Amino acid sequence: MSASSSSMQGHTVPASGMDNTIESPGQRAPLVLGTGDFHTVTNQVCRVTEHPSVPMAWYVAFGVSLMLLGALGVAVNYLIFTGVGVWGLNNPVMWAFDITNFVFWVGIGHAGTLISAILFLFRQKWRTGINRFAEAMTIFAVICAGIFPGIHVGRVWFAYWLFPIPNQMEMWPQFRSPLLWDVFAVSTYFTVSLVFWYIGLIPDLATLRDRAKGTIQQFAYGLFALGWRGSARHWHRYEVAYLLLAALATPLVLSVHSVVSFDFAVSQLPGWHTTIFPPYFVAGAIFSGFAMVVTLAVPARELFGLKDLITMRHLDNMNKVILVTGCMVGYAYSMEFFIAWYSGAPYEQFTFINRAFGQYWWAYWIMVSCNVITPQLFWFKKVRTSIPAMFVLSLFVNVGMWFERYVIIVSSLANDFLPTSWDEFIPTWVDIATMLGAFGLFGVLFLLFCRYLPMIAIAEVKSVMPEANPHWEGYAKGHGHQPHGGQAHGGAPAGAAPAFQDPRPGQP
Amino acid sequence: MTTFATPSSTTAPASTETSVAQTWGLVARFANPAELMHAAEAVRKSGYRYWDCHSPFPIHGIDHAMGISRTILPVVVFGAGAAGCTAGFLLQSFTNSFDFSIWALVWVTGYPFLISGKPLLSFPAFVPVMFELTILLSALTAAFGMLAFNQLPELYHPLLKHPGFGRATDDRFFISIEARDPQFLRSKTGEFLKSLGASSVEVVES
Repeated sequence: MSASSSSMQGHTVPASGMDNTIESPGQRAPLVLGTGDFHTVTNQVCRVTEHPSVPMAWYVAFGVSLMLLGALGVAVNYLIFTGVGVWGLNNPVMWAFDITNFVFWVGIGHAGTLISAILFLFRQKWRTGINRFAEAMTIFAVICAGIFPGIHVGRVWFAYWLFPIPNQMEMWPQFRSPLLWDVFAVSTYFTVSLVFWYIGLIPDLATLRDRAKGTIQQFAYGLFALGWRGSARHWHRYEVAYLLLAALATPLVLSVHSVVSFDFAVSQLPGWHTTIFPPYFVAGAIFSGFAMVVTLAVPARELFGLKDLITMRHLDNMNKVILVTGCMVGYAYSMEFFIAWYSGAPYEQFTFINRAFGQYWWAYWIMVSCNVITPQLFWFKKVRTSIPAMFVLSLFVNVGMWFERYVIIVSSLANDFLPTSWDEFIPTWVDIATMLGAFGLFGVLFLLFCRYLPMIAIAEVKSVMPEANPHWEGYAKGHGHQPHGGQAHGGAPAGAAPAFQDPRPGQP
Repeated sequence: MTTFATPSSTTAPASTETSVAQTWGLVARFANPAELMHAAEAVRKSGYRYWDCHSPFPIHGIDHAMGISRTILPVVVFGAGAAGCTAGFLLQSFTNSFDFSIWALVWVTGYPFLISGKPLLSFPAFVPVMFELTILLSALTAAFGMLAFNQLPELYHPLLKHPGFGRATDDRFFISIEARDPQFLRSKTGEFLKSLGASSVEVVES
């Protein structure tokens, strides 16, 4: 302990809480602040799970989430025992909150896979600070999403008809339906995300196992760490497998929301039947998912003291992604209107004018304000690096993206081809309890994850520190050696590896 | 360079022989990734076979320093992906396009669904599920294949109960040489590891 902490004093390390959002050509901005020592990183992440108590805010959030989860249980049971008539559905609005929530939660999940897979392929090293809990968010979001198609079928005891299981009726699923593609896409997505997440967790579970004091912790972490011992021969295959999983998850995540959009795009309904849907849905999914990552990361780093690992640069980068995807979503909204006009189809034109100025005008304008207008504030660096501003804006995006799905689904259905059958969807208490209850389920799972599993990928964060590179210039100058006898390095930074310098004139 | 005697040519006292039999190997600690990498190169060059490096994170270039040959995992994963793609096509065309029976634990019969006048064998509509099954089988094979090639889970290992080795998953770097290596000699191997700059060399009991 003393040896490893004193051994790193020979060079200056990026100061804790420093501003690492400055772009300095020729220098890599540090991603781990306050230390150049691997042990400190381990301590910072592990103390959350090892500490005997958690912050009061955790208990409050957990209590609220548990209550909402209870509401979900009541609402779902009431639905199953009574029938889908307890929802506010009618003819023609046969899909409303159920599929809105499904698409919303699947979309939330997409940011986690984008961070873990796509940013990995693009060698974006800053992903290491946020990928673990973003992937956890993916898994829990897909669990929440999976509830809704399951319960909306009405007779849930027939939900197994979704899968090609040999049965006494000799009936098979109809594979030309996008709803069935959805079953395969979402279940594959869940399985692959879970496997990807678990493979990433193995080295960190081994870290927790080796530090655990209690028998239960040693057993539980030991069991799931599978006997990992940091072997270089294991790491070799591990890195290949991780790269393969990233390369497989990348087309998968793009396909999942494309397939979700086929649920609408393949049908003949005006407002749904558009070719822009797959890319538009994928962009929207990444947009909403990144907003959720910011919503979760901001309190988590405050509460658990992880500000040196999830730095302002991480948040700044995520806000840039939100800005870009928000603009893509805004482009899609305007392009839908253009195509409606350009198509010359009167039903299509009516649907879009009705969306903006018809009975659901308020939902449409909530969507546009939250998804297109307010994210434009992220053009300003002051907003991108302000914690309160980004938290509020990310909540706006979450709300806006929920309304996007609501607008697409409900406004297209409510005013269909025949004006005599037009109707309005009014949610019942069961609709609302199910929607809020899903947030409770998500909250319970996420808070348990924060408490019992490493929230940050310890091994991956260490591997992006400059000290992890065997050719790091500090080692050539003799830093980082164990102090042998009198050769221990003092605190003198002379001749040390250069720390990150602020290039702006007149700045300290 | 140092030369190493093979166990057969050594006449060690009986007491040493028995202790060698109970020894799993030696573990040497190094200060940082750079020293580990230099030491790994030296161990490889001196011809050891049953040895390994241990680090809390993957070290770039250590595979080359240790002479680890590239894993065949990607080939296996490609095979699994091709199998998934084929299985997806066979599943959908059998269940939706034909009406013959096959035995798959029970007798099952296909059902030629006629939907919107589309051809019975409508390949484009089958692509999404074929794609998903390709990804599913490849990903599961990548994950479980990696574990299988690594011989994990292995919940018991002599190194795991060695005191101090737990820091290999935290901030320390180790080289282990197993006693079953033909070149292994407790004293000489220990001295060799010391000469590479190890800050400590310890015996691991099996």
